[in-house]
Amino acid sequence: MTTQVNNIEVSNFEATMQKLTKAVLSLDAKAVLYPILGIVFFLMLWGATASRIDTSLGKFPGPTQVYEQALVLVDEHNAERTKADAFYERQEKRNAKKLEKNPDAKIKVRKYTGKETFFDQILTSLKTVMFGFIIASAIAIPLGIACGLSDGIYKAMNPLIQIFKPVSPLAWLPLITMVVSAVYVSDDPYFEKSFLNSAFTVALCCLWPTLINTAVGVANVDKDLLNVSRVIKLPALTHVRKIILPASVPMIFTGLRLSLATGWMVLIAAEMLSQNPGLGKFVWDEFQNGSSNSLSRIMVAVVVIGLIGFALDRLILVAQKMVSWDKLAVLR
Amino acid sequence: MNKFLEISQVGIDFPTPNGPFTALKDVNFTIDEGEFISIIGHSGCGKSTVLNIIAGLYQATYGGVILEGKEVNEPGPDRAVVFQSHALMPWLSVYQNVALGVEQVFKGQKTKPEMKEWVEHNLKLVKMDHAIDKMPHEISGGMKQRVGIARCLAMQPKVMLMDEPFGALDALTRANLQDSVMDIQKELNTTIVLITHDVDEAVLMSDKIVMMSNGPAAKVGEIVEIELERPRERVSLSKSDQFNHHRQQVLSFLYEKKGVVDFGEAKQKKLKPTVSENVANEKVS
Repeated sequence: MTTQVNNIEVSNFEATMQKLTKAVLSLDAKAVLYPILGIVFFLMLWGATASRIDTSLGKFPGPTQVYEQALVLVDEHNAERTKADAFYERQEKRNAKKLEKNPDAKIKVRKYTGKETFFDQILTSLKTVMFGFIIASAIAIPLGIACGLSDGIYKAMNPLIQIFKPVSPLAWLPLITMVVSAVYVSDDPYFEKSFLNSAFTVALCCLWPTLINTAVGVANVDKDLLNVSRVIKLPALTHVRKIILPASVPMIFTGLRLSLATGWMVLIAAEMLSQNPGLGKFVWDEFQNGSSNSLSRIMVAVVVIGLIGFALDRLILVAQKMVSWDKLAVLR
Repeated sequence: MNKFLEISQVGIDFPTPNGPFTALKDVNFTIDEGEFISIIGHSGCGKSTVLNIIAGLYQATYGGVILEGKEVNEPGPDRAVVFQSHALMPWLSVYQNVALGVEQVFKGQKTKPEMKEWVEHNLKLVKMDHAIDKMPHEISGGMKQRVGIARCLAMQPKVMLMDEPFGALDALTRANLQDSVMDIQKELNTTIVLITHDVDEAVLMSDKIVMMSNGPAAKVGEIVEIELERPRERVSLSKSDQFNHHRQQVLSFLYEKKGVVDFGEAKQKKLKPTVSENVANEKVS
């Protein structure tokens, strides 16, 4: 029995490998070549124009300078990590010695307080945007379902949606900052205030695409399927869970993708102003710093922000593939 | 004496920008238990509206529907519907689609294993037990409609309402499915209301054909009793004089009497644009 299972697994594995090689071989050369050509052309154009632009911080950085600064940022990160490790090692030794002398001694474990590296800041940004995005989705999906199910609720909500949707995050931020300072009072805060300010700003701005798309998706569920549900007399909750939700999954995910893209864009601005130690603060600090490398370092951040935005979009797409019942649908 | 199902003085108005539009008016007919009746009429005459009112999916503006002495005006599994578009949930398997209704209708009456057995029994009845775990997109149109019928039967409806269930199928598949439905009806003695625009189908399958006049304010024109012996067999019936006589009755109503399509009137109605009149006429002729 087990050998049989193994055989099946082996043949499965072989089959997938064969499929994979086939896919790679059949890849149209153009599909690889053209994007590379596009990127190379862009880099050349960038390099050529950048050297002609003089700023008060020196020439605008070209691709080479930006690449160099990217490496510097990696080095700085590694150096900071080595320092941190050394610090923890010293601390451990010191504490061990203390305990040796006197087992009852009170030992102190302190956190390393070096400066945040570029990669720490990326991580902070990711945490902040996800926190804001999750809050927004948790509000937008149920509300969108309610709007899609009931014409009355939709009519009541629609003016509010239309008014608040176009508001810039920069207009919300001062209000959110004041409200968070007033409401979130704690001696031992779990979240930094700057983190909450940025996350709530993100949430407020990326609420709308999910809300609107969910409402439209729910309102457009096939009428015959709704009639089936009425004939069966499914209770309201089962109706939403078994009919409405699966039927509107594609639209909900379209909304989520737009929301996360908006959120990521908003986050950088919010972090700049709220001083949340993420990529936005990195850009702001480099700008204030004004060294000859600042513009290159900001450009590194720009590229990283773009790449992460792209990765986040793919992430939602993968999630959609896992959740969606329609495995044949072409997602792009 | 009270009839099993009574459609009494039913009429319906639809609101339009130019004031209410009366689609049906004074529709009356009755159905006995175990009877198979067809409602036939030109496209857009409101025959589907009649079915939707019986199902409770539409509210009649005038009159009402009485089932076993009680007025019904909301949808329920006792009047289950087979939709033309089969209306299977594409995210549920064949089994789950049927089980969706069973679990709701027999909640507290059947145990889990009993429900499972009942779902499987009904799929067997429509000869779909071989594809129990398939998804709807993996099976053909005729098979989907079989599952739609199984889902309907599994709710043990008092009346089974079929809204042009074979309309979207090719001729051979349609014939197959018609035979299946007749077999099932014989076995279970189900009461069936069938909406159709196919004269042969109506004559072959029904005990009674309700012929509707054209709208607006469509009503029942004539009712023809089909006195053919069951089981009916399509090949031998095609040579039978009685079959052809009934066929002629229906055709003459549709084309020579009140059923004649008045295109001017049909255009005025501005209701849902159903299959274009021409297509429907070809089917009828």
